[in-house]
Amino acid sequence: METEKVIRAKELTKKFGAFTAVDNISFEVAKGEIFGFLGANGAGKTTAMRMLCGLSLPTSGTASVAGFDVYKESEAIKKNIGYMSQKFSLYEDLTVTENISFYAGIYGLNDRQIKEKTSQLLAQLHLVGEEKSLVRSLPLGWKQKLAFSIAIVHDPAIVFLDEPTGGVDPIARREFWSMIYAASARGITIFVTTHYMDEAEYCDRVSIMVDGRIDALDSPMNLMKEFEVNSMDDVFLQLARNAQRIEG
Amino acid sequence: MKAIVVEDIVKKYRVGKAEVSALEGISFSVDHGEIFGIIGPDGAGKTSLFRILTTVLLADSGFASVDGFDVVKDYKKIRNQVGYMPGRFSLYPDLTVQENLEFFAAIFNTTIKENYDLVKEIYSQIEPFKNRRAGQLSGGMKQKLALSCALIHKPSVLFLDEPTTGVDAVSRKEFWEMLHRLKVQGITILVSTAYMDEATLCDRVGLIQKGVLLSVNTPKRVISEFKDALWAIRAKEMYPLMEAIKADPSVLSCYPFGQYHHVTFHNKAESKAQLERIIKNGNYTDVEIFPIQANIEDCFMALMKE
Amino acid sequence: MKQFLIFVKKEWLHIWRDKRTLFILIWMPVIQILLYGFALTNEVKNSRIVIFDQAKDEASRSISNEISASRYFSLYKTVNSYDEIEATFRQGKIRLAVVFPRGFRNDLLHTNHAQVQLIADSSDPNTASMLSNYAAAIINDYQQSLNDNQQLPYTIKIQVRMLYNPELKGAYNFVPGVMALVLMLVCTMMTAIAIVKEKEIGTMEVILVSPLKPFRIIIAKTVPYLMVSMLNIISIMLISVFALDVPITGSVWLLMAESILFTITSLSVGILISNTAKTQQTAMFTAMMSLFLPTLLFSGFLFPVENMPIPLQVISNVVPSRWYFIIVKAVMIKGLGFAAIWKETLILVGMTATLLGISIYKFKIRL
Repeated sequence: METEKVIRAKELTKKFGAFTAVDNISFEVAKGEIFGFLGANGAGKTTAMRMLCGLSLPTSGTASVAGFDVYKESEAIKKNIGYMSQKFSLYEDLTVTENISFYAGIYGLNDRQIKEKTSQLLAQLHLVGEEKSLVRSLPLGWKQKLAFSIAIVHDPAIVFLDEPTGGVDPIARREFWSMIYAASARGITIFVTTHYMDEAEYCDRVSIMVDGRIDALDSPMNLMKEFEVNSMDDVFLQLARNAQRIEG
Repeated sequence: MKAIVVEDIVKKYRVGKAEVSALEGISFSVDHGEIFGIIGPDGAGKTSLFRILTTVLLADSGFASVDGFDVVKDYKKIRNQVGYMPGRFSLYPDLTVQENLEFFAAIFNTTIKENYDLVKEIYSQIEPFKNRRAGQLSGGMKQKLALSCALIHKPSVLFLDEPTTGVDAVSRKEFWEMLHRLKVQGITILVSTAYMDEATLCDRVGLIQKGVLLSVNTPKRVISEFKDALWAIRAKEMYPLMEAIKADPSVLSCYPFGQYHHVTFHNKAESKAQLERIIKNGNYTDVEIFPIQANIEDCFMALMKE
Repeated sequence: MKQFLIFVKKEWLHIWRDKRTLFILIWMPVIQILLYGFALTNEVKNSRIVIFDQAKDEASRSISNEISASRYFSLYKTVNSYDEIEATFRQGKIRLAVVFPRGFRNDLLHTNHAQVQLIADSSDPNTASMLSNYAAAIINDYQQSLNDNQQLPYTIKIQVRMLYNPELKGAYNFVPGVMALVLMLVCTMMTAIAIVKEKEIGTMEVILVSPLKPFRIIIAKTVPYLMVSMLNIISIMLISVFALDVPITGSVWLLMAESILFTITSLSVGILISNTAKTQQTAMFTAMMSLFLPTLLFSGFLFPVENMPIPLQVISNVVPSRWYFIIVKAVMIKGLGFAAIWKETLILVGMTATLLGISIYKFKIRL
């Protein structure tokens, strides 16, 4: 069965002057897949992700996201993706509902939809009674879950998660991953960048970037078998230790 | 004499009208030359604890000493001989690598030359960039520079507050290797982290959550005290599988754990039979089931639930 | 000592590397002084006036012509009543009114004494006094020309009435004013920000956990800003002497010494602010509110303190820049010596000692 591809990147390259940040990468991500995008600091993750989000034009190569071309249709891409960064992108000095309506409003939901979504999210996240609390006062784990729910409030085709789970307690972390699984089961594609390898093991497939190239791309299981190690950490260490690029 | 003694330390903060406990009566001690890990999520009270021990914060009650000196009365003596690397690495971004190190050497009344041997191994890795501004270094290099700065005056006790946060796997691994070499030189190290997997790299750990120490022990003992039988299960259909397991009344806990779900049951002995029954009731492919040794994270979650 | 020097060096590097701020710090006083200076000289040219000539005789007319022809003035219109004068002032159309009483020439010729009234809008005191001086000079010229062939001299008494600000403040207020402002800005705001910045990036935590004494931390952080302020004072003095023709009539050294004193006052306030402020923004706003505004309002720079309601006058006494302003005016403009300002100096010394004491005492040895 040929599954629907939501991201297609072919020979995607980005150069800054003489420096090749992203070097000829090709990969595809299927609908509903949880795709881990790994790499050391400075390996080119952020640059690659920016191109896919329509924030930066590639130097060469082709890519489509949610069926839209990254060169010509970046506006359409932006409408069809969600984004959550490690800083959770919530307004700490706004309340829970204000944050929800703000983001839902940005993505063009009408008042009725916003109202519906808000009550739905509050129930899902067990935040009923906390609607009027400032986001600042919520525990970290709740913030994270709220941020993720808001990132997918407009049912995007893909959600990009930029190092999403740093610092929360292990139970909150698992609740968070359960939410990701649920979103993926609904058909939302999850694209996660992280440099924490234990997080990578939750993904269906992972790619590992080294010096701007994708040096490995497979399921965590297969990668561990291929490199004959017991953890993604070791897979990563084997690959990243060969890196030529001086960090900086 | 212990290197660090903490007895019933309490610290509360005012947030608006509410009073929030950062530390709710914490006690533990650290031996000389030990690597002691304070393991817990953000907001557990790790930073407050570090600040109290490095004398920059006063506890509401309780007693603490470092190298035999009281953190309140003898704070000046402690300040003379400990090394501290706060959470955010604390370097001057507009000064160069060398200027930063020189500065921190000077305020501790020493010079780079005098203690070069101690930091040589770490500093030599960043020395090629000594004229670069610290703000332009990568996370891994900043971390090395911050460690060099904390070490330059040959401290007897080193306090490292979340040194590996935001640093990639390679740098993290190198960092822990450095800590083990420092330990060999007799330096006591108190290190905090939110990454549970780093617990096994410590001699002893204190698991901390919401200002309470859940357990203080060697990593091995922490794991051996996990009471339940833990099973790992995977299938192609991970999410429906998790839902099914969670919904089953015989299940005590089920957490996703990378490629597997970790499951415990109310009745230890019937664990395997129960899992097989759940799988039969659904439509799963490529199923894999096996008993598994708990890791620190499993233990932490079990302790959190108690 | 080495600890201390390397700290000062580090502080210098911070200032030196932040080129944009350094640029502002060095050029701001220059630009401010020049702006005030030129705004002032521009305005006295072609200032609009009205003439209320009740005499309408040969003498009043020829003085009117002289005034209207002068490059300082241009006649807006002639009026026929005091009410009309006041109305035109209210509309902001004019800066000066010249009033000749009935029988001006008669009085002059028969009693040898005549009167002219000059009414100025002294809400801008500098301009008002300058304009009335110019007008008076023209009238005196006329009087002089009559007296050339007279044995018994004619005298025209010039009565100056200041509207809105009768206790006219003298010219050149802006030089001492800008000096106070700039020192306040550089010393208070910049030191507060510099200390709070260390808290923000977390280095303060490490420094506290070092054997360095809090007192030394404070002094080391302030020394570079003291030097920048010295530079500013020198540049302000050079510009006022050479570009604006505002001479330093008193002792330059006395002026310098008083300025250093005031600098230390400002630095102590900066340190005090840094103790409570948690972010650079808060530090900046606190500095603005607690010193910048009071300096503008209460130092006498813009508004004469003597005309304020008593409660405000009382408040103005605790604003250090008020005393500095008086000192600078006395030394720089009036050319007075230490004997004339020892009281103000003493007040400033007292304030400085108190503030510095509090700020060092309050400087947190912990977070």
